[in-house]
Amino acid sequence: MRICFRLNGRFVEVDVEPNELLINVLRDKLGVTSVKYGCGIGECGACTVLVDGEPVLPCLTLAVDVNGRDVVTVEGLSGRVYEVLKKALLEEGAIQCGYCTPGFIVMAYKLLKEKPCLTIDDAREFLRGNLCRCTGYVNILKAILRASKELCSKQH
Amino acid sequence: MSRGRVDLNYFNTHIIPCRYEYYEPRSLDEAIKLLDKLGSKAKVLAGGTDLIVSMKKREVEPKYIINLKRIPGLDMVTDYGDYLSIGALARLSVLEKNPIIREKFTALYEALKSMASPQVRNMATIGGNLCNASPAADTAPPLLVFNTKLRIVGSSGERVIPINEFFLGPKRTVLEYNELLKEIILPYPSGFYGSCFIKISRTSMDLAKASVAVKIVVDRVGVIEDVAIGLGAVAPKPIRAYSVEDYLRGRRFSEEAALEASKLVVNDISPITDIRSTAEYRRHVSIVITFDALVKAFKRARGVFG
Repeated sequence: MRICFRLNGRFVEVDVEPNELLINVLRDKLGVTSVKYGCGIGECGACTVLVDGEPVLPCLTLAVDVNGRDVVTVEGLSGRVYEVLKKALLEEGAIQCGYCTPGFIVMAYKLLKEKPCLTIDDAREFLRGNLCRCTGYVNILKAILRASKELCSKQH
Repeated sequence: MSRGRVDLNYFNTHIIPCRYEYYEPRSLDEAIKLLDKLGSKAKVLAGGTDLIVSMKKREVEPKYIINLKRIPGLDMVTDYGDYLSIGALARLSVLEKNPIIREKFTALYEALKSMASPQVRNMATIGGNLCNASPAADTAPPLLVFNTKLRIVGSSGERVIPINEFFLGPKRTVLEYNELLKEIILPYPSGFYGSCFIKISRTSMDLAKASVAVKIVVDRVGVIEDVAIGLGAVAPKPIRAYSVEDYLRGRRFSEEAALEASKLVVNDISPITDIRSTAEYRRHVSIVITFDALVKAFKRARGVFG
């Protein structure tokens, strides 16, 4: 069946089978390869995208389910929160192999948008569904706190 | 999330390796007519965080999928004055942000917060958690202690049943093939009461090795007027610990009494050994968490938070 949805601000139309998963449609049919296939069963968060502004897992979402909705991947993020977060991730060395990074950025972006002034516990709690095998999480959390510090201070 | 038997199908693929006919009913009526027509080869899709995992592992291969997410109003949460009505399709992330649930049904709030990840909670529904009928379903013990009722609709009409009659065993409920869970009815408790939820699991994301929810109602001098204890992952279905409740009801609360009572929990449970834990450990830890939960809920009932 044919579905239409907004992908990173652009309107897309694509033919899908009812048993096709959103992750495969994004990667194979629409070329959005930032959406990483990790565990495939909703444990690792590597494929996280925003659907209607809320983080969900395309590895467990039918493509037909996003018909008429708004999908944002890491490519579609922009604005001050994103720029500050990106800079903080680079400065703290929060990236090693990079496979988990798109999922982490989408989640951290969502968190900082909602709550610019946060504690390390807020970040840990919100990112509990994102796994990273390289960094040990320390630098990722440092980066999010650094970004939070900057966004928070400018807010007041 | 369910982990199946460790066999060939355990290896998960990138795709859903079966074809099915797909339906998106726009009303509950239409959904039930479809279920009636298509029979037991049809599977109902809500959040998908259990069903799609099972389909990827070929644990289930439905011929028809009926997606309920396009039915308007099924996810409503409404305060009716003496009870809270939760639509079966309400997502866990919506419920955990609801101030009524946080204040009046604290055990349910704590259970929601303990479940999976923010992403999964954004997709998973409370109705799906119940209908999937995992013995370890985290929303079940809290709902058991709050005298929850479930509204079930089918082609022959509606029925309302207490939640302790809903579960039959692992993955089995009283739902007929042509019935759907529509609404979860949570009556507001009265009196001085407190509730809490405690879960033992490997990591905070993981399924429970054992979980417990307690609701306790006390009078002004600390005598237990009523107590309800629900446990998960320690029996074929989520259960109430009636022997502990009977021991405590009418007594003045003390840590000694709570400990004596908690030891009786082994009479109510029938745990098994599986990949998450052993029966022996589950028996032991059930006593510990029942005691901890009783003390915590009692403190909350007396207005001491912690």
